[in-house]
Amino acid sequence: MAGFDKCVQSFEAALEGLSDGMTVLAGGFGLCGIPENLIDEIHRKGIKGLTVVSNNCGIDGFGLGRLLEGRQIEKMIASYVGENALFERQLLNGELDVELVPQGTLAEKIRAGGAGIPAFYTATGVGTPIAQGKEERVFGDRRYILEQSIRGDFAIVKGWKADWYGNVVYRHTAQNFNPLVATAGRVTVVEVEEIVAPGELEPTAIHTPGIYVDRLIQGVCEKRIEKITVRGS
Amino acid sequence: MALTREQMAQRAALEIKDGYYVNLGIGIPTLVANYIPQGIDVMLQSENGLLGMGAFPTAAQIDADMINAGKQTVTARTGASIFSSAESFSMIRGGHIDLTILGAFEVDVEGNIASWMIPGKLVKGMGGAMDLVAGAENIIVLMTHFSRDGESKLLRKCSLPLTGTGCARRILTDLAYLEVRNGAFVLLERAPGISVEEIVAKTSGPLVISEQLREMSFCA
Repeated sequence: MAGFDKCVQSFEAALEGLSDGMTVLAGGFGLCGIPENLIDEIHRKGIKGLTVVSNNCGIDGFGLGRLLEGRQIEKMIASYVGENALFERQLLNGELDVELVPQGTLAEKIRAGGAGIPAFYTATGVGTPIAQGKEERVFGDRRYILEQSIRGDFAIVKGWKADWYGNVVYRHTAQNFNPLVATAGRVTVVEVEEIVAPGELEPTAIHTPGIYVDRLIQGVCEKRIEKITVRGS
Repeated sequence: MALTREQMAQRAALEIKDGYYVNLGIGIPTLVANYIPQGIDVMLQSENGLLGMGAFPTAAQIDADMINAGKQTVTARTGASIFSSAESFSMIRGGHIDLTILGAFEVDVEGNIASWMIPGKLVKGMGGAMDLVAGAENIIVLMTHFSRDGESKLLRKCSLPLTGTGCARRILTDLAYLEVRNGAFVLLERAPGISVEEIVAKTSGPLVISEQLREMSFCA
């Protein structure tokens, strides 16, 4: 049985083997569904020179924004800078190597990486700066560019519930990039709110099957909200 | 008077038809959701992985795990579904969205759109905009006619890095409703109280005045 027990007992153990210069894929959209405790552990360990692949880079002082503050990220691959002032400043100053990738292309690069597909054609970005240096090909009457897939040394994922086999379900829109990221790490580490007994999760409801998951840990997340909007406001 | 943001959203909402799957971009386009005509059923897609975005939550319903692509807290309506980012962009890239309404910094007479960066000054990132404009047949650009610096945003040729090429067909600004046809902007509607002369003066790219030009109305 223990062969399938993915649980580890500390965040330190969850990230054992992560070292300077590695590529880390992180799930989350804005601050929604980010592996907060795993990010904080990377911050605590002081690992440097990382290439981080994530749709956003947290906000100032929270989430991946903490790794920016600690100058731990050498290269950021993301689709949106948005309101993250430190990210924008490091980008404009050239302190941080940034590759901006269209969001759908980023999702597909990670999905393809996890699925063993080295590259794919997409119409997204044709005729824009994104297309520079990329192979272009016409299918039918449309132009497409070749985009290469992405894999990471580590994938860090935030789930809702999992059993010790590593079967994971996500909650609401905290799903986002998490199931894609989970497939594309050489080592995939999942942080969940609750580890439940095997059999409790419906097999048909599993978002990430345990085969993708190497390490699993339960953690308490702050779940900060970027923009609270309520009815009538 | 130029249209307010709310009036722009109100006019844009008239382009939404019963049974449409619609993606609304960040900014003024988001406001369109407040003006969807009565009696039609529409599913709003949010590219972070929600089809069937509902109203904002009550204070008691706020849930950190339930947000839209603008990172605002939202609810899911009856008939909604939630999925991964890859699934979300399969819908977008695969041409399954009936209408996309998004903002821009610049649009030109070739239908090119620039919306994601001003070199050396501002980098927002493209987010899902490049995928949206590449995947959608039916795009409305919703933006002010002039930039904050007093420059026309309707140009002969975009000066900023592009988001997509040849994709904008319809443009709604605070002054006018226009279409992109044969290398020109065609003026179809003017905002109430706005003269044709003012629109001509504030449009940098070639402009053709339609024989059917009329004043904008806000009722379906």
